[in-house]
Amino acid sequence: MADHTLDAKGLNCPLPILKARKALKEVPDNGTLEILATDPGSVADFEAFCRQTGNELVEHSENDGIYQFLIKKTA
Amino acid sequence: MSAEEKSMSIIVTKGSLDWAYPPFILATTAAAMGLPVTMFFTFYGLPLLLKDLKLQVTAAGNPAMKMPMMGMHMGLPNLLTAIPGVDAGCSVMMKNLIKKKGVASIEELREMAVEAEVRMIACQMTMDLFEYDKADMIEGIDIGGAATYIECATQADINLFI
Repeated sequence: MADHTLDAKGLNCPLPILKARKALKEVPDNGTLEILATDPGSVADFEAFCRQTGNELVEHSENDGIYQFLIKKTA
Repeated sequence: MSAEEKSMSIIVTKGSLDWAYPPFILATTAAAMGLPVTMFFTFYGLPLLLKDLKLQVTAAGNPAMKMPMMGMHMGLPNLLTAIPGVDAGCSVMMKNLIKKKGVASIEELREMAVEAEVRMIACQMTMDLFEYDKADMIEGIDIGGAATYIECATQADINLFI
């Protein structure tokens, strides 16, 4: 189970990233944030976001149009 | 790569509803990715700092503007875009689309930019030229001129003109 879950379903660019950034502030160091999104662009964007900020994208998957991301707060 | 070492500045020169999006999307996203961001609002971009935003699209200036309608993309013949009320109608359609597609409003993005401590500079010359008062602008902005921006740009890694 992730420490926090962010439901970003139905939100379009750049809201999933902006809300994830806010949600990460509530996550303890080395804790995890799960994000659920429906924006297909969020896959490339969360990869770039993690590379740039130094947080770890532990996994991401897609199921029935819902994208799920697990980010570990390492920055 | 350390995000802290990179920073971004944007010159914002356009104030219609559609043109307001790129600077605010990029500023808020860059700030979320750890970059210090400065936005310099000049000419028609300056009213984007007004407390009360009344943003509209300008159909006459956008001959390529097509809206999804009845399963296809429809534009307006150039001549019709000059008719009073067309811009207002197009703006209502655009705002409905924005809501329906989960796209943030400019008000929402601007609030997030303020929260993320994006530095916003209002161009003093434009304020004088178009007779805007600082009291009509949102709180927390700076006022400056070209030299203020250039100083900031020399220190930024990314400088955009929109």
